[in-house]
Amino acid sequence: MSVSALIVLIYVLVLASYLGFELISKVPPTLHTPLMSGSNAISGITIVGALIASNEMGYGTLSKWLGLLALVLATINVVGGYAVTDRMLKMFKKK
Amino acid sequence: MNIGIQLAYLVASVLFILGIKYLGKTKDARKGNVLSAVGMLIAIAATLFTLEVFSLIEIGAAILVGAAIGLYYSQKVAMTKIPEMVALFNGFGGLASFSVALSDFFFKNANAATSLDAINLTSILLSVLIGGVTFTGSMVAYLKLDGKVSGQPITFSGQHLLNLIFLLAFFVAAVLVFIDPSQEIYLYILVGLALCLGILTVIPIGGADMPVVISLLNSYSGMAACATGFILNNNVLIVAGSLVGASGIILTQIMCKAMNRSLMNVLLGGFGQTVATGGADGPAVVVKEIGVEESAMLFDSASSVIVVPGYGMAVAQAQHVVRELMEQCEKRNIEFRFAIHPVAGRMPGHMNVLLAEANISYDKLIEMDDINEDFSNTDLVFVVGANDVVNPAARTNPESPIFGMPILNADKARTVIVSKRSMGKGYAGVENELFGFPNCLMLFGDAKQTITKVVSELKDMA
Repeated sequence: MSVSALIVLIYVLVLASYLGFELISKVPPTLHTPLMSGSNAISGITIVGALIASNEMGYGTLSKWLGLLALVLATINVVGGYAVTDRMLKMFKKK
Repeated sequence: MNIGIQLAYLVASVLFILGIKYLGKTKDARKGNVLSAVGMLIAIAATLFTLEVFSLIEIGAAILVGAAIGLYYSQKVAMTKIPEMVALFNGFGGLASFSVALSDFFFKNANAATSLDAINLTSILLSVLIGGVTFTGSMVAYLKLDGKVSGQPITFSGQHLLNLIFLLAFFVAAVLVFIDPSQEIYLYILVGLALCLGILTVIPIGGADMPVVISLLNSYSGMAACATGFILNNNVLIVAGSLVGASGIILTQIMCKAMNRSLMNVLLGGFGQTVATGGADGPAVVVKEIGVEESAMLFDSASSVIVVPGYGMAVAQAQHVVRELMEQCEKRNIEFRFAIHPVAGRMPGHMNVLLAEANISYDKLIEMDDINEDFSNTDLVFVVGANDVVNPAARTNPESPIFGMPILNADKARTVIVSKRSMGKGYAGVENELFGFPNCLMLFGDAKQTITKVVSELKDMA
């Protein structure tokens, strides 16, 4: 990877973190548990990396097996995370 | 670079950000979660579409297995067990990033056409370190929360020195990998060190500090995804990972502040151990007991009630009978509210989810700073399974280990009823001075059973 590509990635990291801090500090304490389970789902974004890794050619290589392991785990996070967050948010009602 | 996939990743990133923005308002929150999920779907679809998929069967099978496990678990998990689920998922996220990093290392090492440059290697090592620590640390946190391992801090002499040695060893091994990446043995050593570090850093931390630990591990799982983004030169991983990282850090700060502890103090662990022995020397607290009938009469004659829920309510699954109690009081036009301490329960917002599950309107749940003034003109405070968060020693006793921690001023109410299984100490191992106060009455027994009896007494009175 070139240094200029790295700089672009660092830009993205710094700006996204800043935006994250701004937005998340506005989430009310009532929703902190759904925020955590929702961020479990978002951290499942590694699924993108897992897809790339498990697409490696050749059976039985360590790379491929690690990729498939990551794919199963990341999918659990994505599906389970969003589903349980929705289940929780459905219960928050105001009368 | 494929323009299509990059644009799809951009859309996904925007949807993640919007999803979090919508979490800022309770009524929009569900929509936000759906937006975020759509973003994830776009990112996955775009990746699949542009990969020349050589191994669709295995990929499909892995996704199906993961989706089935995730869906099953998410539907079946009890709301009291959400902290365990979040801990487990933090661990899965960490292990997934860790595996992708290793996979990339072995692939590039085995492939003559690709090589590992310094930036690549640094990213891989960071992902292995953070991902590995997140994985084993989360598993320990899960076992502690689930009661499979004692919630007591596990400490031994030289613990911090050992952690330091492991961390230094990690750096030495990292340098060796840099010098010659083809010597894979050093990478295996790194993997082992990272996994051990995760265990070592979480075992000294006690059960009551788990809200801080799972918030921090949540943040780590995001950072691990970020590091993986640097390995793969992928922006969407970095954006999503940073959002999660920021979220975990903010929650960690809120939790530490609510306990009046520094993060370092929590991480060094062992809290409450020395105190448990020291506290025994103090004068024994003399408490007054109250029965079910008298409790019901106190509720019946009150004009305002504040309930202070704690982890004990979750353990006893008493949230539903508490709602019945609320209904009985509201029938009598008694003002009925809940005071929520930021560290009540085993994770941030735990009480809110339990009470929402019991169908209690969220506008009745009041944060500490907004309700603390109201205790002094409240007739009756009902403490259900909470302890340290109502201990007046935090305000008055500089000797107390929880001194300085912001608490709910339950003791200032006219009467306090504490529903408690027995005279045990709180998780901080501290004697609660409140229980000896003249206005405090103890309602001993399982919270669910005793409150059910109070409710039926109230029904008979009506």
